[in-house]
Amino acid sequence: MKLAALGDSAVIVTLGETLDAATVGAGCALAAALEAKPLPGLIECAQANATVTVFYDPARVPKRGGTSPFERVCRWIVDRAPATGQVGLPSGRQVILPVCYGGEFGLDLEMVGAARGLTADEVISLHSGAEYFVSAIGFLPGFPYLRGLPERLHTPRRKTPRTRVPAGSVAIGGPQTGIYPFETPGGWNLIGCTPWRLFNAYAQAPSLLQVGDRVRFRPITSEEYGASRSS
Amino acid sequence: MSRIHVLKPGLMTTVQDLGRPGWQRYGVTPGGATDACALRLGNLLAGNSEGAAALEITAVGPTLRFAEETLVAITGADFETSVQGIRLPAWRPVRLGAGAELTIGAARTGFRCYLAVAGGLAVPRVLGGRGTHLAAGFGGFDGRALRSGDVLKIGPPTAWAKRFTLTLAGTASLAAARWEVGVAVRPRYTTSPVVRVVRGPQWELFNPEAQQRFLGERFTVDARSDRMGLRLNAAGRGLLGEPLRDIVSEGVAAGSVQVPPDGQPIVLLAERQTVGGYPKIATVASVDLPLLAQLRAGDTVAFAEISVAEAQELWLASEQFLATVKQGIALHAT
Repeated sequence: MKLAALGDSAVIVTLGETLDAATVGAGCALAAALEAKPLPGLIECAQANATVTVFYDPARVPKRGGTSPFERVCRWIVDRAPATGQVGLPSGRQVILPVCYGGEFGLDLEMVGAARGLTADEVISLHSGAEYFVSAIGFLPGFPYLRGLPERLHTPRRKTPRTRVPAGSVAIGGPQTGIYPFETPGGWNLIGCTPWRLFNAYAQAPSLLQVGDRVRFRPITSEEYGASRSS
Repeated sequence: MSRIHVLKPGLMTTVQDLGRPGWQRYGVTPGGATDACALRLGNLLAGNSEGAAALEITAVGPTLRFAEETLVAITGADFETSVQGIRLPAWRPVRLGAGAELTIGAARTGFRCYLAVAGGLAVPRVLGGRGTHLAAGFGGFDGRALRSGDVLKIGPPTAWAKRFTLTLAGTASLAAARWEVGVAVRPRYTTSPVVRVVRGPQWELFNPEAQQRFLGERFTVDARSDRMGLRLNAAGRGLLGEPLRDIVSEGVAAGSVQVPPDGQPIVLLAERQTVGGYPKIATVASVDLPLLAQLRAGDTVAFAEISVAEAQELWLASEQFLATVKQGIALHAT
C-alpha cells in the first residue's frame, strides 16, 4: 500500500502494482472500511482501478500535536486498512452489452487494426470474444473501465484528445476498454457504439454497471442499433 | 414563492452550489462553483448558508426580472451590472424592488461572477446537490445552462435577510448596503497569477527539464478551457522532453495538473472528471483555485511549489478568515 498527497485535500492510496481482480477487491474493501468509521473531516472515499482516493477537509480534521492534517489522515488510513489477504470482487453480475462496431459508430476501428496487422473483422471478433470485469466507474458518470482486453488490441490513447466523442462510444485506451455514457471530449480510440444508456441520475441505481461486474459485448447491425436506440 | 424571469441568458449561466460529494465511485464529479470562495461570500451576503444554490455567470451575463422584492449579492469577477440604468455595486447586499430588471453585461476583468439571492435558488437536489452537471445534463435548472424564458424559483429568505432588507433605503428599484466585503477578504484576482502547487503523485515520472520548466515558465490559457479544466499552452514545444508512459487511470482532484502526451498541461476545475490516465505533475493549493476560475483565453499563469503542510496552513487560515467575515455579516442585521 502506497500513500501520496493529491493536493492539500486528498490522499491517493495505491494498493498494488498490477491491476487484477484481487487489487480491485482490496480497494473496494479499504474504501468501505474507511467510510464505515469516518475520521471527522472525511468527505468521501472513491475506489478506482488499483487506487482509493480519500477526500477530506483539512480544516475539519482533528488537530493533534505538530502533525499536519495530511499526516493525520495518512496515519488513520494505515490504521484502518484491513488485514491484507484474499479479497474477492464485490459483485458478480453478468452483463451482455450490444455494440455496433466500425464505420461511423467506431471511427478508429480500422486504425486500431492497422496498427496491429488485424482486419476490422478480427478486431471485432477479438473484442467481442473476451470477458471483461469492471475495475472502476469514473472519468464521467457511469463510465466503466473494463479489464480483460486481449493483448493484441492494446492501443495507446490518442496524442491529443478529441473534443467530441458521441454518447455510447465503445473505446480502447491502452490495455483497457470502456464506454462513453455522454457526448464529451475524450482521448480513447473509438471502435463501436452501444445503444444502451449507461447512466441516469434520476434512477434508483444511477450507474448501469458497477465495480466487479463481468461484461461481454455482442456485435449488432446498424439496424438493430437504431431499433434498440428508439425503443 | 418568488421568481426570477430570464429575459436574456448570457453566454453561459448555470445554477451552482458547493457540489455533490459522495458519488465519485459512480463517476459523478462533485462539481459546483469553480470559484467556490466567491459563491460562499455571495451567499453569506444574501443571508444564506454558504452552500445555497446561486447563479454562476460566465464572460457575458444575463438580464433578469425579479417578480418580487429580493435581496441579492454579486461576487467574483468585475462585471458591468445595472438595474434600470443605475449601477449595482458588487460584494454587498442589495435590495431589488418588485419588477426590477437586472442587467449583467460583460466582464471587465476576470471571467466568472456569482449572483446569490436571499433564500437560494429552489431547484431540486439531484444526487445530493443542486449544481448543474453540464456534461451529463442533470442537476441545476433542467441540467443545462439558462435560456431566455426560463423561470427560476427562489426559496424562503432567512430571518437575517428579511431584517436586513428592512434597513436598506434607496430608490424603489435598487438599494445597496453602505458596507461591503473588503478587498483584503476577496480572492486576489489577476490576469497573470502565480499559483501555488504541491508536487503531484507522478512528479517523479517527469524528467528534470520538464519539472524545471513547469515551475519556471508562464503558460497561456487556451480558448478550449471550460468548467472541466483550464487548458494551458507552453511556449514553444510541450512540457516534456521525452514521451511519458500512460499510467493506469486513477483518482484526480480539482487542481490536479495533468499532462497529456502532447505536453500541454490541463488544470482540472470543479466539473472535472473523477479519474484520469494522464500523469499529474502537481496539484494546485485549494486557496488558489478561485484565481484559476477567473482566467480566460490569453491570460497567463505561473506555478510556485509549496509543501502540503504549507498548503493546508493557508487553507486553515482562509477558513478562519471566512468564519470571521461570517460573524461580521451576521452582526449587520442585529
